Amino acid sequence: MAYPTTRKYTNDHEWIEWDGEIGAIGITDFAQQQLGDVVFLDLPAVGSQVVAGQTFGTIESVKAVSELYAPVSGEVVAVNDALKATPEAVNSAPHDSWMVRVRMTQPAELDALLDVAAYEALVR
Amino acid sequence: MTDTPATPLKQTPLHARHRALGARMVPFGGWDMPVEYSGITAEHLAVRERAGLFDVSHMGQVEIAGADALAAVQRISCNDASTLRPGQAHYSGLLTPEGTFVDDLLVYCLRADHFLLVINASHIDEDVAHITAGIAGVGDAVAVNTSARYALLAVQGPRALEILQPLASVPLADIRYYWFATGEVAGVRATISRTGYTGEDGVEIFVPPQYADQVWQAIMAAGAPHGLLPCGLGARDTLRLEAAMRLHGNDIDTTTTPVEAGLGWIVGWKKTGFAGEAVLREQKAQGTARTLVGFEMQDRGIARHGYPIVANGAVVGHVTSGTQTPFLKKAIGMGYVPTSLAAPGTTLDVDIRGRLTKAVVVRLPFYKRT
Repeated sequence: MAYPTTRKYTNDHEWIEWDGEIGAIGITDFAQQQLGDVVFLDLPAVGSQVVAGQTFGTIESVKAVSELYAPVSGEVVAVNDALKATPEAVNSAPHDSWMVRVRMTQPAELDALLDVAAYEALVR
Repeated sequence: MTDTPATPLKQTPLHARHRALGARMVPFGGWDMPVEYSGITAEHLAVRERAGLFDVSHMGQVEIAGADALAAVQRISCNDASTLRPGQAHYSGLLTPEGTFVDDLLVYCLRADHFLLVINASHIDEDVAHITAGIAGVGDAVAVNTSARYALLAVQGPRALEILQPLASVPLADIRYYWFATGEVAGVRATISRTGYTGEDGVEIFVPPQYADQVWQAIMAAGAPHGLLPCGLGARDTLRLEAAMRLHGNDIDTTTTPVEAGLGWIVGWKKTGFAGEAVLREQKAQGTARTLVGFEMQDRGIARHGYPIVANGAVVGHVTSGTQTPFLKKAIGMGYVPTSLAAPGTTLDVDIRGRLTKAVVVRLPFYKRT
């Protein structure tokens, strides 16, 4: 699966796609492959604050629990509740499965993230 | 920095086959084993609805033979092997003098003077030492570790017998549950046992290791039109948990007894002179302070091994196994709680990473085939 070229990525295998100050966050195809069948998502409530590099939720496969790490800092403005009901979509379409949308407080944090070439090199 | 393991992982005779099938491999009990091929959910559902093929060659085998073999087995295994006829098997425990589980096992009566014990992969050396010490002085009986002589394949699911019959030299439907027969499978000499660890009908097949791949390939080919999938340890674990089969190291270990674990039926109450007997008889008569229960999560959340079980704000036990099950599509688990909290319908909390999450005690098993 190709990694979208317009997004940025973390070393922990999250992606962020942004428009202005609003960023949508999900996990990568590599991450879903490592997790196996996703069965559960625990996501923050709208209005909560996330901090770059800190956990903002958990994702569980049949086998294990993993943390989700925020690529950027900001306030959660939307949560993908539909995804909580169909977590298997994270496996079938990881790059379409946004989890939260965040209003970035420090957009310059994007500069520290991996671009697609660097991320592809990481997971190759 | 990576640590080099002191001992390299062991490989089953099917290791190259698993790699060729693209399995994700993980270390398990000292072995490099397939955890999943196509995905735990797909494999789990294949076994519930059609069939699955598992390599369980990592399991250990110990044979006890001699004129006094039965007396030896009776001493070290808690179930009553005198009830077994040649061709029959049962589930049992290898217990400490305190009545706790060194391991759980299947005991096969090959002949009146020859028994085969099938034990867990991670305990083979420990079990052999325990058995050897336990039977010392029991007449002429000797115990031999014959693990290297067997590969073990499991074919499980409602279509297992239909898939296997064209490959088998014996009528499989005539083998009753927990009995076994010898014959050929795909032209290979085999012991075919109507047993399994999934809660489905099916068989486990013992074959010489050098023919394991031949038999595996024949079953894969015969099963393909029926939707049989190769299945890994991940699905084996979720399947056995739905069926509430205990996993040694999780649900039972050297701190828990068969009575506490709800396995009083594997204790040979009519026999005497077996390891742990005094403790078990007292627990049976007096009851136990704690009991293994099954529970379903009521609130959103998945209980996992080791999470605290809480009642009225106090930790009263721990989860021994827990997952979100692919077939029942529920978060379920097992754990030990005070016996006063063990009745079905009792509400408990599981501490899921700091969050108290409601669960209710339910009857075991979670899943029983119709």
